[in-house]
Amino acid sequence: MAAFGIATGGSNWFSALALGVTLLKCLLIPTYHSTDFEVHRNWLAITHSLPISQWYYEATSEWTLDYPPFFAWFEYALSHVAKYFDQEMLNVRNLNYSSSRTLLFQRFSVIFTDALFVYAVHECCKCIDGKKAGKELTEKPKFILSALLLWNFGLLIVDHIHFQYNGFLSGLMLLSIARFFQKRHMEGAFLFAVLLHFKHIYLYVAPAYGVYLLRSYCFTANKQDGSIRWNSFSFVRLISLGLIVFLVSALSLGPFLALNQLPQVFSRLFPFKRGLCHAYWAPNFWALYSAFDKVLSVIGLELKLLDPNKIPKASMTSGLVQQFQHTVLPSVTPLATFICTLIAMLKRKASF
Amino acid sequence: MEKWYLMTAAVLLGLTVRWTVSLNSYSGAGKPPMFGDYEAQRHWQEITFNLPIKQWYFNSSDNNLQYWGLDYPPLTAYHSFLCAYVAKFINPDWIALHSSRGYESQAHKLFMRATVLIADLLIYIPAVVLYCCCLKEISTKKKIATALCILLYPGLILIDYGHFQYNSVSLGFALWGILGVSYDWDLLGSLAFCLAINYKQMELYHSLPFFCFLLGKCFKKGLKGKGLVLLIKLACTVVASFILCWLPFFTEREQTLQVLRRLFPVDRGLFEDKVANIWCSFSVFFKIRDILPHHIQIMISFCFTFLSLLPACIKLTLHPSPKGFRFTLVSCALSFFLFSFQVHEKSILLVSLPVCLVLSEIPFMSTWFLLVSTFSMLPLLLKDELLMPSVVTVMAFFIACATSFSIFEKTSEEELQLKCFSTSVRKYFTCFTFLPRIIQHLFLMSVITMILLTTMTVTLDPPQKLPDLFAVLVCFVSCLHFLFFLVYFTIIIMWDSKTGRSQKKIS
Repeated sequence: MAAFGIATGGSNWFSALALGVTLLKCLLIPTYHSTDFEVHRNWLAITHSLPISQWYYEATSEWTLDYPPFFAWFEYALSHVAKYFDQEMLNVRNLNYSSSRTLLFQRFSVIFTDALFVYAVHECCKCIDGKKAGKELTEKPKFILSALLLWNFGLLIVDHIHFQYNGFLSGLMLLSIARFFQKRHMEGAFLFAVLLHFKHIYLYVAPAYGVYLLRSYCFTANKQDGSIRWNSFSFVRLISLGLIVFLVSALSLGPFLALNQLPQVFSRLFPFKRGLCHAYWAPNFWALYSAFDKVLSVIGLELKLLDPNKIPKASMTSGLVQQFQHTVLPSVTPLATFICTLIAMLKRKASF
Repeated sequence: MEKWYLMTAAVLLGLTVRWTVSLNSYSGAGKPPMFGDYEAQRHWQEITFNLPIKQWYFNSSDNNLQYWGLDYPPLTAYHSFLCAYVAKFINPDWIALHSSRGYESQAHKLFMRATVLIADLLIYIPAVVLYCCCLKEISTKKKIATALCILLYPGLILIDYGHFQYNSVSLGFALWGILGVSYDWDLLGSLAFCLAINYKQMELYHSLPFFCFLLGKCFKKGLKGKGLVLLIKLACTVVASFILCWLPFFTEREQTLQVLRRLFPVDRGLFEDKVANIWCSFSVFFKIRDILPHHIQIMISFCFTFLSLLPACIKLTLHPSPKGFRFTLVSCALSFFLFSFQVHEKSILLVSLPVCLVLSEIPFMSTWFLLVSTFSMLPLLLKDELLMPSVVTVMAFFIACATSFSIFEKTSEEELQLKCFSTSVRKYFTCFTFLPRIIQHLFLMSVITMILLTTMTVTLDPPQKLPDLFAVLVCFVSCLHFLFFLVYFTIIIMWDSKTGRSQKKIS
């Protein structure tokens, strides 16, 4: 009884937070799910039923595989559990198949893989120093961080309602950050490299990782005032980091390199043909740019400055996913977006 | 109050759990021709909106009483009328006379679930929050934790937002009544409780403690002076509120009688279906329903009920105190549940509400009781396909109680409020020191049994000769638990006087 008491005692708030949010996730099982549910079911089917050489070519469904190979392997591993729930979901031709057992399996797979996220949050909390904290539990930084991360409602809505696997991916990222705090830079770098090959969208933060590792790990010592001591650069460390990235990439892309499928894989991973903005706009600069372009074109039409015949009918606001030209402002190419991003990042990096 | 933001978080969490449970199936979903309680509520909206008041409780070609005839008091009918009024604005097809029978759609389900949420938010939840804020001699954090645990009680959530009922209205009014009467707002408290009785006649289970407590207060004030004034004022309040609610039905004697006949169907028998009370469990061994004549059954039920609740009620009349009132509510409601006539398994909620109120005083036993009460409704919940939300809400409730109250460290005699009882027993048996140990072991056994029975009911098929085996086992096991709790709560009430008077606590 005493052991039971300790396990559920009031001091173990982290377990209560983690268990509580897991139970909430179970209650969200019957909620609405988006097309991403079918996307992942399709990927389970593709990786289970087809040989590796077909994974990035298969196009029976419109939801083709467009995540890096590690995620494909992850779906492959899941599919071996899926077959005990409902064999039919693993059939590539069963488009939009969503029996109750499929739903249960998919939802539980997200909830289960969130365990990595919970572990990563736990590791991050260990790195936080709560010296200034008062006696109140709700004022302790560890509690606040755990509550904000574990009960993050954006993540709950996207992962457990809309349906995605961001939980365990964010877990990988948080874990790599925690490892940096714990001065285990090689592990952190390894975890991030693995993460990149799970979901390449984390390339967004790759420059930050790169510069941080360069500055804090490759330069082994600082001057007295904290600035860089240039002669403390360690080539060994740089090369070992490079080796980690190279080995992980080799493991991920190796099989596809051997099959000569790299161009196809990259075209799936970086689909520039999809256009500047997604069907649902992300609240970023290009959305504002496109909106401004639309406003200008309407004004131009009203003031008879523009020829109505020259304006393309399918505009950005119709919710289609495709490439097209802007009407008034200059059109934006992928290269232009890349240069803009780089310039914006460099200003931050300089202050590193 | 300070830390109002934490209380808000607790309420919002309670609301989130309620709404996610409401996403699941409801009673009688997709099961023509009778469907279930959901269809009953929809049907009552149809009847009260389309027919004149005089016809609500009578059998007619437009109102077939065999198909979910109204069998709750007038306030339920008025509430249904109000909901129907709103429904007319959204989609009149939902309440069209005759043609809307068995109407089921996503939009309609959203509407019905919303009506439950709104009623809950207006009546029950504020009562719970106010009750916890007014608790004495505990820290703010404990008050908020109590509120959270009460709001997470699975039984009420699953029945109201899963199966589909409006228990939160009647229980909420009863709670306002308890609040009023405990803090000397006697008239308002009586008014609230009368509203509760006029919403669901099952609230009569709570009526004796209210009566005894208020009577005791009148005696204390002196029947020659202030006490008599209070008694008269209370009587007037009760009579006035009843007249107000029943006004349309007092115009003719036949109306009143018909409503009473619908509310108290004495022809129906000692029990219906499987329920965790004495008669159903007893009939496993001895077919009491078939052997004894009808009026003997009623008499036996009456005698047992009143014998078991009489000691507590007499004590409450002689020594009225809010603490005694709460515990007497528990034992009275439990006596009625175990021994009364035509008890439904959902009536355990009438016992659960007072137990929730004593959660902060005896957290271990209250949590145990509330878990058993949810378990006792397992056959009903499984029929409504509510297994997943049941398991999840029970676990959430258990974790909330365990972390808020550290219940496993609170099993000493003092904390179980059994100190006086044990001391008395030790006068005769000096070795009687093992009570907490026994209780801890019983708890462990109880939890294991409940988990085992749940797993068996879900995974195994019952043998062909005994198709109701698991349901009967659940009822029988629950009944044994409830008898144990009845004895426990009665002991607390009867042995409480010494602690109450010697420590002069204002409870």
